[in-house]
Amino acid sequence: MKKIVLFLAVILMAYSSYAQKIEVCNTCPISTLKKAIAVAKDYDTIFVNKGTYKEHSIIVDKPLTIIGKNYPVIDGEKKGEIITVTSDYVTVDGLFIINVGTSYTADYAAIRIKRSKHFTVRNLVLEKLFFGIYLERSSYGKIYHNKIVGDAVQEYNSGNGIQLWYSNNIVIEHNYIEHVRDGIYLEFSDNCLIKNNVSEQNIRYGLHFMFSNDDEYRDNTFGNNGAGVAVMFSKKIKMYNNIFRENWGTASYGLLLKEINDADIVGNTFEENTIGINIEGSNRIVYKNNNFTNNGWAVKVRGACYTNSFLENNFLYNSFDISYNSNVNDNVFNKNYWSNYTGYDLDKDGIGDVPYRPVKLFSYIVNRTPETIILLRSLFIDIIDFSEKVSPVFTPDNLLDNNPLMKKNVW
Amino acid sequence: MLKILKYSFYDLMRSRWSYVYFAFYLLLGVVLLFLNNDLSKAVITLMNVIIVLVPLIGTIFGVMYYYNSKEFTELLLAQPIKRSSIFLGQYLGVALSLSMSLILGLGLPFIFYGLFKSTAIWDFSLLLITGTFLTLIFTALAFNIALSNENKIKGFGYAILMWLFLGIIYDGIFLMSLIIFEDYPLDKLSLIGTMLNPIDLSRTLILLKLDISALLGYTGAVFKQFFGTSFGLIISFVMLVLWVVFPLLRILYKAKRKDF
Repeated sequence: MKKIVLFLAVILMAYSSYAQKIEVCNTCPISTLKKAIAVAKDYDTIFVNKGTYKEHSIIVDKPLTIIGKNYPVIDGEKKGEIITVTSDYVTVDGLFIINVGTSYTADYAAIRIKRSKHFTVRNLVLEKLFFGIYLERSSYGKIYHNKIVGDAVQEYNSGNGIQLWYSNNIVIEHNYIEHVRDGIYLEFSDNCLIKNNVSEQNIRYGLHFMFSNDDEYRDNTFGNNGAGVAVMFSKKIKMYNNIFRENWGTASYGLLLKEINDADIVGNTFEENTIGINIEGSNRIVYKNNNFTNNGWAVKVRGACYTNSFLENNFLYNSFDISYNSNVNDNVFNKNYWSNYTGYDLDKDGIGDVPYRPVKLFSYIVNRTPETIILLRSLFIDIIDFSEKVSPVFTPDNLLDNNPLMKKNVW
Repeated sequence: MLKILKYSFYDLMRSRWSYVYFAFYLLLGVVLLFLNNDLSKAVITLMNVIIVLVPLIGTIFGVMYYYNSKEFTELLLAQPIKRSSIFLGQYLGVALSLSMSLILGLGLPFIFYGLFKSTAIWDFSLLLITGTFLTLIFTALAFNIALSNENKIKGFGYAILMWLFLGIIYDGIFLMSLIIFEDYPLDKLSLIGTMLNPIDLSRTLILLKLDISALLGYTGAVFKQFFGTSFGLIISFVMLVLWVVFPLLRILYKAKRKDF
């Protein structure tokens, strides 16, 4: 008897704490998401069926799971923000959110997470947006498998795809972002992991760090952006195995580093960018095992850079390998492969016997008079480059790779 | 004219020089591909070769052919044939046989290497087209020089000097003037400067394909329009055609009035 009572008690408890399912559809008794949230209890699951829901300013203030079936459309009709999450433990999944309002005083977002923890945002499709996913003082969340397609034309009246503001320990994975201002923007956000995302054709940057420390991004692809990735005023950022390609234009970089300290840049590919990496005021950075292929300038060093080391990279067919307009300081180039290297290896140890000078006289001339770029690859330029190589006068004579490799680095 | 063209062409085909020229390019192509193992890298190296060597060979060949066949030309002039067709025929015979050696000599090794499956095919065809243009231009310039100079040594001297000037000295002067006038807006001047030299022109044309990412680094609106759109490509081709047409017109003009 005792056992049965206990059993019933357990069942009863389980039943009462069991999450309820709430269905939302255009013909159901509950026909709007707002109503569903109002009637839901904590930890309930709301299923939104296929259909179009013209709603905005939806506030999720309970720990709920909202799941869209077959991508129901939530149409904000350009009236403002669409979903605002203010509770912990919220999951938003599988919605198609369109028409976010544009404002010059409020950053309207398709979905905003405000002062919450342990949230999950996944499988969303966002279109016609101002800001996409906006995290505000939120942490320990996951954002994955989202597709964000903007229609930004001008910087001043467009928003970012995913924006983090004072948000720590966030994982951003497998998102596809295009045509917004910044694909992903981190401001004052530490310990975040950004992985396997594709960020393309954005007006400003594919990924942008400001005052964010100890973050890591790996295996992402950044193509055709104003600039691929901008890392500014941040410390200890790890950048692994990303692809930066076809960032073309007068102020376009694959990677822009400004006031960065103690970063690791390993295993990345820079392909056909006007400038592969632009470095300004950055210290103690390790560049290792990167591929620089067919860039205009592989690396442009602007000055105030100390203790950077370029180790075991491949510099392949760039118009200019390195451009330098300051002193060498204590930056080191070692064991790189340079496709323009013309030395020999008599002792056959795989390391060229003559040091390589990555800065050409012509790159010095182009720095001074940019129009001379039109003489690139002319025979006359080859001759003066050669004479400069034999006896350096204009280029820093201690800027050398003492151990240039004879064969491409493989890792 | 066609008959004279055919005669000049077969005459050159029979002579050793066409074969030497052909063999040289064949060897160059094979060696480049053998050493580089990479089609697109080979195209860059080839560009340097084409821009320097094709004009040189075109110039020397043109001058040499004109002086060598002078007696035959005088014989033809005694016949009732139009002067323009004699000289045009000879010119086209030389230029076409040179172009053929170039295209076949470089094309064959690249085709065997798998050019058609490679993405470098457009770069490569552009290279051959500019090479052909350079041959046409420099043979015409050489004929001009030869027509104006009875003295063989003088003619050769001027021809070599012309090549040296357009190939190297021009770029030196160009670079110096750009640096001296660097305080002024120079983008138009630099583009015009390029147009006035066929070697620079063909170099720019190839750069548009190979180094476009570096060229777009400069912040000038004129540059941007020139390099960023197909505008540059079209203008460069038009200029190349003009560079063929004007020396040809001068050949005809000179030939008509010359006393043999």
